[in-house]
Amino acid sequence: MLVATANQTIGPYWHLIEDPSWADLTRFGASGEKIVLTGTVTDGAGSLVTDAAIEIWQTSPKASDAFPAFGRCRTDGNGSFRFATLKPGPVAGLGNAQQAPHVAIAIFARGLLKALTTRLYFQDEPLNETDPVLSLIEDAARRRTLIARRVSSDTWRLDIRLQGDNETVFMEI
Amino acid sequence: MITEPAPFRPIAAGSQPANDTPSYGSTQLRHPTQPPLRIPQTVTETTGPRFTASRFGAMADLSVMNGKQAQGERIIVRGRVVDEDERPIPNTIIEIWQANAAGRYDHPGDQHDAPIDPNFHGGGRVFSDADGWYQFTTIKPGAYPWRNHYNAWRPNHIHYSLFGTGFGQRVVTQMYFPGDPLLALDPVYLSVPDQAARERLIASFDIDITSPEWALGYRFDFVLRGRNATPTERA
Repeated sequence: MLVATANQTIGPYWHLIEDPSWADLTRFGASGEKIVLTGTVTDGAGSLVTDAAIEIWQTSPKASDAFPAFGRCRTDGNGSFRFATLKPGPVAGLGNAQQAPHVAIAIFARGLLKALTTRLYFQDEPLNETDPVLSLIEDAARRRTLIARRVSSDTWRLDIRLQGDNETVFMEI
Repeated sequence: MITEPAPFRPIAAGSQPANDTPSYGSTQLRHPTQPPLRIPQTVTETTGPRFTASRFGAMADLSVMNGKQAQGERIIVRGRVVDEDERPIPNTIIEIWQANAAGRYDHPGDQHDAPIDPNFHGGGRVFSDADGWYQFTTIKPGAYPWRNHYNAWRPNHIHYSLFGTGFGQRVVTQMYFPGDPLLALDPVYLSVPDQAARERLIASFDIDITSPEWALGYRFDFVLRGRNATPTERA
């Protein structure tokens, strides 16, 4: 059996492959509940991370010609990312479990030798209480690092902290 | 009954770098201090985006821009994308970016005092074929200083990004060149604990890929995580 290729940092110059339109998952004409996902990325000193690539992937709504279900966005000079996408619904889990609506996130940056993966959940979703991944996190304060809060009718915000106080829960998959 | 893609196998010990790698200074304030949460792989992790060449057009020759040749040593890179069970991964997107022959990125953040090449941008994209093979043409990138420590120089390298068939298979990495004396001094390369895994990041010179009177050829293969044999079934 072979062994999977090692990761190396994406570095500070990955923008050479950037296509800013990838941050809009509705650009191919997807219909559904359009939402904005935004937030900042900060490091262990509280400084804004301004050179990261943030990727999202969601399995609800299902990917189609009209909806790539995948997006990529840089963090800008203010450490902010912003995606336009469709609001996910519940997702089947293992066995008969049901997962709360969520979006998978991968963070790449200079200083990260491999991606950090996490998930974004939505405030006030009843299924959050029984979600099989959220339920693995005993500390309620840590669980909250994954829950985006609604800041306007269509915009949800989740700030990501790579290190230190309120450090985001990252996952090994 | 719905059959979902099988979960990926665990990552082999020592085969991946740790984000907490003190010799690479930028990791200091960016690596998480809490251990990662191990989660079961659901459809979110076992599936991933699909990119088609018709919508995301290939850019397989980085050595020419607007019909003009870039400066430097023209090379062809060819290889195969397979999973850990040696099954080819067909029609998968491969993104490529790199510095020019002088060791300078066409990027506003790169202030290294080396010339920009007006005929070289350094971004590309190819797809593997039905049998997992990919190929592109470029210019051999130069080494460059990077201030990680006194007199620090990155070895010649090409950046790659691959998606494979699932979110859990995503890989972003760098390809190095054989015989580069800077490898032994490079904290990024040395961050991979297992020596064999590290050395697999080094391309090999290949006379069969080399094109006579035109370009040197290098071989570089990718291995993406394999899946467990039994798919998950859900009633």
